[in-house]
Amino acid sequence: MKEIIGKKLGMTRVFGDDGQAIPVSVIEAGPCVVVAKRTAEKDGYEALQVSYGEKRKKLINKPETGHFEKGGVEPVRYLREISNNDELNVGDQIKVDIFKKGEKVDVTGVSKGLGFQGVMRRHGFSGAQKTHGQSDRMRAPGSIGQSSYPSRVFKGMRMAGKMGKDRVTVLNLEVVQVIEDQNLILVRGAVPGKKGTLLSIRKTNRQW
Amino acid sequence: MKRIAQIEKGFMKEKVPAFKPGDTVKVHVKIREGDKERIQVFQGTVISRRGSGTNETFTVRKISSGIGVERVFALHSPTVDKIQRTRQGKVRRAKLYYLRGLTGKSARIEEKLEDKTLNGAKAEKGTKKAKGKKAKAKAKVEETKVEEKAAEVKAEETKAEEQAEPNTEKKTEE
Repeated sequence: MKEIIGKKLGMTRVFGDDGQAIPVSVIEAGPCVVVAKRTAEKDGYEALQVSYGEKRKKLINKPETGHFEKGGVEPVRYLREISNNDELNVGDQIKVDIFKKGEKVDVTGVSKGLGFQGVMRRHGFSGAQKTHGQSDRMRAPGSIGQSSYPSRVFKGMRMAGKMGKDRVTVLNLEVVQVIEDQNLILVRGAVPGKKGTLLSIRKTNRQW
Repeated sequence: MKRIAQIEKGFMKEKVPAFKPGDTVKVHVKIREGDKERIQVFQGTVISRRGSGTNETFTVRKISSGIGVERVFALHSPTVDKIQRTRQGKVRRAKLYYLRGLTGKSARIEEKLEDKTLNGAKAEKGTKKAKGKKAKAKAKVEETKVEEKAAEVKAEETKAEEQAEPNTEKKTEE
């Protein structure tokens, strides 16, 4: 499966061939270098460890230096594993040109952290009424269980709490444009996270 | 941010005619019907310009057979073929949404004149300035008369246009 690691740069809108405005996310992806290989014999599964990003020399510690030297590649900021279907070897480069305009991709990343949120925002509860003698209950969750039996709140009850910062995958996004010389890929629609979020872009396996 | 601006550049028009809210413009819009492409002209007053980069849009308002019609165009959209400014308006705010509540005479916008007398008066002093103002006021009176006539002619034109091509894209107001 084709996959590449990248960084979200932001959103804008571009115009399609028929003059239609298309909302796009701009992702800077690759070039990723294969640093190591996971094999069935040694690790029990097949995968590629790829690198992405830049890191100042000062920040690279000794274990990292050793690891990168083994692969014979420049030390970088991020290391991620991707599945190996393309018969790539250590030292090989993955660039944005693996994707073409019109292809469908899935984009995975960590969503924006939204802090502590109530049940209405976090779980879409409808809240309570404002009138009929109510006060202070407009955004309350309501009942969270029964009475003396079971005398406890069931696990997994939806309540207020920290929202966001989850691993989210957006499926089946269209590739609008690939700018190879700038390592940029424009994808239709929104992708998880804020500017600078690390993203993984791969060819979708669920088209509908 | 810079890199996104760079991408947007590729989708933007190189030359966009200068126009501001208050101006009367003719917007030439490409319309596709099956395989054929033709151009429709939408004439009206610019009441707002917003956004930046590829996201910049402007709103044009006109009165079509007594009903206010507004269209929002993306400035850099390839479907907007041409924008012609036919008249410069003299307005004091950037968004002319107040026009929505007005009809008839009160919905008119004063024309901005390239008044040489005023500029000349500024350079000199005192009494002459006052004279310049008077002259300008006279000019205005004349201007409005001409405008009214022009407006009548225009109204007729638009009616004819309407009959020729029923516009489905219209956003009607109450």
